[in-house]
Amino acid sequence: MQTKSRIDIIATFLFLCIATLGISCVYSATSEFGVFSLFEGRSGKQMMFLGIAIFIGLVFFLLNSNFFELFSWPIYGAIMLLLVAVLFVGSDINGARSWIKIGSFSLQPSEFAKYGTAFAVSALLSTIGFSFSKKADIVKLLLVILLPMGLIILQGDTGSALVFASFILVFYREGLSPLLLVLGISIIAIFVITLIYGSLIFSVAMIVLLGVVFAFTYTNKKILLPSIIIAVLTILLSLSVQFLFDNVLQEHQKKRIQVTLNLIEDNQGAGYNVNQSKIAIGSGGWSGKGFLNGSHTKGNFIPEQTTDFIFCTIGEEGGWLLSSGTILLFVLLILRLYHMANRAKKKYKRVFIFSLASILFFHLTINVGMTIGIMPVIGIPLPFISYGGSSILSFTVFMFTALKMDASRDEDLTSEY
Amino acid sequence: MNFRFRSYYIYVAVVFIGLIYILRLLEIQVLDDKYSLIAEKISLRKQTIYPQRGLILDRNKKLMVYNEPVYDLMLSVPIKLQDIDTSEFCRLIEIERTEFDKRLEKAKKTAYHGKAIFTKNVSNIIFARLQERLYEYKGFFFEIRQDRNYKYNSSSHVLGYLGEITRNDLESQQESYYEQGDFMGKNGIEKFYEEYLRGEKGESYFYVDKFGVNKGIYKEGKLDVDPKDGNNLFLSLDIDLQQYGEGLLDNKMGSVVALDPKTGEILALISSPFFDPANFNIQNRSKHYADALMDPTKPMFNRAVSAPYPPGSTFKPIMALIGLQDGAIYPETHFGCPGYYRLGRRIIKCHGHTFNTSLERSIASSCNTYYCNTFKAMMQSDKYANTEAAYNSWRNYLESFGLGQELGVDVSGEFKGWLKDASFYDRMHGKGSWNYSRIISLSFGQGELGMTPIQMANVAAIIANRGHYYTPHVVHRIEGVNEIPEKYRVKHRTMISPTTFDPVIRGMLLVNESGTAAGVSIKGINIAGKTGTVQNPHGKNHAAYMAFAPAENPRIAIAVIVEEAGYGATWAAPIANLMIEHYLKPDSVEGSSRSYLETRLREANLIPEKFIRKSVTSLNAD
Repeated sequence: MQTKSRIDIIATFLFLCIATLGISCVYSATSEFGVFSLFEGRSGKQMMFLGIAIFIGLVFFLLNSNFFELFSWPIYGAIMLLLVAVLFVGSDINGARSWIKIGSFSLQPSEFAKYGTAFAVSALLSTIGFSFSKKADIVKLLLVILLPMGLIILQGDTGSALVFASFILVFYREGLSPLLLVLGISIIAIFVITLIYGSLIFSVAMIVLLGVVFAFTYTNKKILLPSIIIAVLTILLSLSVQFLFDNVLQEHQKKRIQVTLNLIEDNQGAGYNVNQSKIAIGSGGWSGKGFLNGSHTKGNFIPEQTTDFIFCTIGEEGGWLLSSGTILLFVLLILRLYHMANRAKKKYKRVFIFSLASILFFHLTINVGMTIGIMPVIGIPLPFISYGGSSILSFTVFMFTALKMDASRDEDLTSEY
Repeated sequence: MNFRFRSYYIYVAVVFIGLIYILRLLEIQVLDDKYSLIAEKISLRKQTIYPQRGLILDRNKKLMVYNEPVYDLMLSVPIKLQDIDTSEFCRLIEIERTEFDKRLEKAKKTAYHGKAIFTKNVSNIIFARLQERLYEYKGFFFEIRQDRNYKYNSSSHVLGYLGEITRNDLESQQESYYEQGDFMGKNGIEKFYEEYLRGEKGESYFYVDKFGVNKGIYKEGKLDVDPKDGNNLFLSLDIDLQQYGEGLLDNKMGSVVALDPKTGEILALISSPFFDPANFNIQNRSKHYADALMDPTKPMFNRAVSAPYPPGSTFKPIMALIGLQDGAIYPETHFGCPGYYRLGRRIIKCHGHTFNTSLERSIASSCNTYYCNTFKAMMQSDKYANTEAAYNSWRNYLESFGLGQELGVDVSGEFKGWLKDASFYDRMHGKGSWNYSRIISLSFGQGELGMTPIQMANVAAIIANRGHYYTPHVVHRIEGVNEIPEKYRVKHRTMISPTTFDPVIRGMLLVNESGTAAGVSIKGINIAGKTGTVQNPHGKNHAAYMAFAPAENPRIAIAVIVEEAGYGATWAAPIANLMIEHYLKPDSVEGSSRSYLETRLREANLIPEKFIRKSVTSLNAD
């Protein structure tokens, strides 16, 4: 049996392509016609963080392949402590208390929380005897997930908290009943239908549907009762969604959702970002306006264009070829990571790599989706591309941890399912 | 239990999302060009580079009109004024805060092509002050355009002025050259030769950021177009002669038109009073426009081409020519004049002169009787079936002189004058029930006859040329263009044959030798002229005079009208004769009589009391 560490060339190559693209985009979005070079400003910082992260990642390759498994809980604990600390010593940026200032560098623990949680989830799921049918295990799992989520919501960064929803994919892969997924999708559907048509119309529709079901199955009481229960539950949910939307959500959150659902057009207010973002991407055409030539990018029309809206620069300067190419790179990387997860011999590694792939999938879906106007504006970065030290550092380290685990898969003897 | 298969559902989901996004990108980036258009509208700005408008010079290459920059303070649209110290900005451009808000509102409403005018025609001082601090006020920028300025306070009626394009002009233009806010010739030469003077605008494209700050040239200037400066225009005016005439007409209402009979070029075209052209450029117009409009002496009214005057006795040479040509009289024809012409119980008075009048003497001494007889002979000639036919023939002769119609000069406001159809007299007296006696005053230039000064000058030119004329024009040469417009190079012939002119010209020479203008004749120049004193039912008589000189080789033809001045010989003839001398002998030593004449004319104030403007307070009291 071969025991040499072999890094996965395909995943590494895809990662490097995306990271290089990221640096060019940050450079383009910040450069003022060559006022400063690639190595200064944000693109310079981006390179520095990428360098540091890759260095750390390479150091991982010197470690024992069981290192992470042994230190899963301490890593998770340390990051949870940071999340608590940020609530007390953090500084506010854009209304969220998510940053800890260390000298000139601001650390964003919520970015590292995904990484830490992936360790805890992997450790928990690979515990011998863990089962989704055991209530105690479910409670533990919920605690592991909800703790960082809750702390991040307390910071005022709902977007980053939502990312933890991507672990549902991991659980599903590991045996969680698909009912939960179906339920989740149904809830989202009810939410959207209620917001578009109102809870009243929804309720009437459900009652009519119930009537139809009743008309065809009135002899079969086994179907009737669950139907009534489902109808009542969905109507109650719809009413509460309406209530939630009207009374609980904050104005800007409501507007973001309404803009995404095309319920209102507000190109100067809540919809400004998305509108400008669509204009920038849409004006790219087939092959874009050329590197450093994006007029919308240069004109600073899009807020957060180096971070959450970095995809605009890709779309504008690289056109459809580069933007769909970028999506293709991500899709290939994610599929490759899922493949790597599935070939792992240890459940721990499989869950961990699967978590990374699912988190990347979630980020890609939400981030790109919002820039092209089919997802609400949720402020999360595009991995490896958006500017931000914490984001680059955490995702790259996450990536290298996964690469390391995959590379040492041959050392693992057992193969668990 | 092995859940590996569930991974495949997730693979499918990943590919599905990727595909959806790639298709969505295809839709907004490739299939829908709406976003490209919006992006250009938002971030691409076109700056118009205005060319230098062509200069205007006189026939001797003396500069008359040149350009002067004006600065418009513009706002970039969409208007995003952030972090602007508004009170400091208001202080810099010297307006109140409320005015600032008002202008901002207006700018929002009038925005076009990504920009809006905030303040038009900012003064040089404010421009200099604001320019160096403009970076503090993102979104504001200056647009520089060319206004006119003038070397001479003269010739305003010929030059005309520029103005901002109106909505009407904008919508009716055929070549879509102009944009809102552009200047164009509104009047005079500026309007007639707009096409040559304006040049071609240039364009420069650049990107702006969300504050409207220039972020660099679009596509390395590939789309940029350099402006082409306008063609310089040389006028046929002689600015010395023009100003000399304007001086003589000072404090008078009237007009002088001087032509070069050989070419039809206008040497001087004066309508008095006139306005200072510098007061009517873009920057100053608003301050002076209402004032000029309200002035009862009508300085904006171009009498030289717009005002019809009965020609009075200056018409007699024309009547003589028609009579000769038509066979009503011969060069040897004499009529007896007892000092009046009897028409039934009516009497038409004449002036004291010898009883037996020849054609030449009738012109020299301006005999009414001679022309009443001539006119009667023509109207009752056997050649014609009736008076109407005779009248129509007479009218045809006049039309061949360019009367009763617009000549087509390149001076704004031309009027065709008055020359009635026979039907006019039919309506007045009943068809067939009028004869020569009803219209006999036409024979000596009174009645339903009106000639503009330029028509009168053209008649002088026709006589000087012995029967032909070129349409009068002020364009002498357009730089970069070989020829002036064709219509100014076409020879128009009258219905009078060249030999017919000799006796009439001899008579006109006598006017200055021993006739009505003998007292103001110029030594050494043979001037053929004819005075006129035009009856004016509203006040004193208008003084009129037409002439050309030198008679042997005419180089100048001239007509003068001085309103409500009195005798033509007293006021109009000396002005014309002095101008003829000034033009033909600019270096002649001024004799004492001449300088006396000049002083008398310059100092005379002949504007009637009723036209002296009331003070503003009394106007308000009204």
